Amino acid sequence: MTTLVQGEKVNSQEQQQAAAVQSGKASHRRSTIAIWVGRTALAVAVVGGWQWFTEEGWVDKFFFGQPSEIWNSLVMLFTEGTAFGTIWENLGVTMEEAVLGFLLGTFVGVVLGILLGSNKYLSAVVGPYIRIVNSIPRIVLGSIFIVAFGLGVFPKVLLAAVLVFFVVFFNAFQGVREVDQNLVANVRVLGASPVQVAIHVTIPSAMTWIIASLHTAFGFAIIGALVAEVLGAQQGIGLIISQAQGTFDPNTVFACMVIIAVITLAAEYLISLLEHSLLKWRPPNRSEAQAI
Amino acid sequence: MGVNHRIRPPGDAGDDAGIEITGLTKRYLTPKGETFTAIRDVALSVEPGQFCSIVGPTGCGKSTTLAQVSGLERPSEGSVLVGGNTVEGVTDGVSYMFQADALFPWKSVLSNVMMGPILLGTPKREATSLARDWLRRVGLAGFEDRYPHQLSGGMRKRVAMAAALINNPRILLMDEPFGALDVQTKAIMQNELLKLWEELRPSVLFITHDLDEAVALSDRVVIMTSSPGTVKDVFDIDLPRPRGNVQEIRHEERFLDLQGQIWESLKDEVTRAYARSAGAAA
Repeated sequence: MTTLVQGEKVNSQEQQQAAAVQSGKASHRRSTIAIWVGRTALAVAVVGGWQWFTEEGWVDKFFFGQPSEIWNSLVMLFTEGTAFGTIWENLGVTMEEAVLGFLLGTFVGVVLGILLGSNKYLSAVVGPYIRIVNSIPRIVLGSIFIVAFGLGVFPKVLLAAVLVFFVVFFNAFQGVREVDQNLVANVRVLGASPVQVAIHVTIPSAMTWIIASLHTAFGFAIIGALVAEVLGAQQGIGLIISQAQGTFDPNTVFACMVIIAVITLAAEYLISLLEHSLLKWRPPNRSEAQAI
Repeated sequence: MGVNHRIRPPGDAGDDAGIEITGLTKRYLTPKGETFTAIRDVALSVEPGQFCSIVGPTGCGKSTTLAQVSGLERPSEGSVLVGGNTVEGVTDGVSYMFQADALFPWKSVLSNVMMGPILLGTPKREATSLARDWLRRVGLAGFEDRYPHQLSGGMRKRVAMAAALINNPRILLMDEPFGALDVQTKAIMQNELLKLWEELRPSVLFITHDLDEAVALSDRVVIMTSSPGTVKDVFDIDLPRPRGNVQEIRHEERFLDLQGQIWESLKDEVTRAYARSAGAAA
């Protein structure tokens, strides 16, 4: 009799457990659906509202474009190309400039950041100048680069690299400064040379900061390449934009923005993958919070 | 001795090193350019293989003393001898253990413990098997691939202990290693430490605020006074070894007797340091 009662008890407990799991899953599904419904509604409201307002003439589509016209420009860009070759060629040029600038700026930023971060004297000497250079509007350097190096790819790479450099540099510098001094003392006592301290402690520790900066840095690389192209180029998305501006064609400008946004999102995704593989030692909640 | 052979074989007594500190003074330059004397005329000695605790009020220069012994800092005056040689630069065969666990968050438990031998140039395979063995000794077999953030505070302490002892140091410097642990975990870790210390017999300098801990673990307890720090009293603890369970030894008559004597000496210092900080706050 008792075993029977116990058996029933266990049974009902299991059922309760199963029911709890079921209801948990159901409520999770409900909240996911609610989020997606909200997202779709927001997109429809914004794009639809834009279309509606310009259609009714409350907002002048000559100045502010129109979603359907933007779509037409996009189709046109991809089917008929531009005055400067196909859209793929132009996109390729812009991406080449942005990626090269990104790599160059990141490399120099990381090296200088770590160097200055770990050397008190150097950072005391150079620190104020870096702050001064950081406070000037560097985007204007684009004009100088184009005057000095012509309309080719190189001045664009340079401007993108300059913009990227400061973002990465300050993060690498700060990352080195934040290194746990106990860890450094610990490995030094164990007989580590300065190079070993850098390899085992300083660089991995600064990596968290450096990688966090790469998200912003890639955006800056694109901006650098585009602005330099607007200032003067023979090919590239920036040239298409400045050409569209000259012919009062906001739809093509918006179409180029859409293309660049897609590219940037893809790059962002790749950087997140890199972040996950390099920083897999971190407690998971932190990187999740960052993903939002 | 070649670089590759700096890991002492266990039980090797020939290399044991006592610590002789004489007239040790350390002054720091504050950011405003003033000099601040952290410790003045500290003199103390630790016999080879002895367990010596330093007790004193907060800010009396205990950690400064340790830093001079490790060779991470240079004394302003006086000298530190380890095994008869003056400390200049980082001392050979020293391990450090801090209150905050100085583990690499980006390295697995196994790689953390391996660091010691790797830095001495031990081949990777040898270092791996040594580290596995040490993780087993501290009761963490099966946790090799975890990252530090996945472990509890007590487990992280065990990893830090294995990492500190894997090179079989001649000198073990411990700066309030168990300060942040809860009472039960602390007792377990103290027993663990005593067991491992009895196997390897390094000379230990152990900083603590906990008088019970100092008496239960040590052969010698040094009382330091504050501002500037200097040695006030030295007590030799003649409780028999092996001590056994630190939880039980606390109730023995001799323990209470010694603890009472040391507290008498420490009490004034603590009250004075407290009055000073309370006065500064008011």
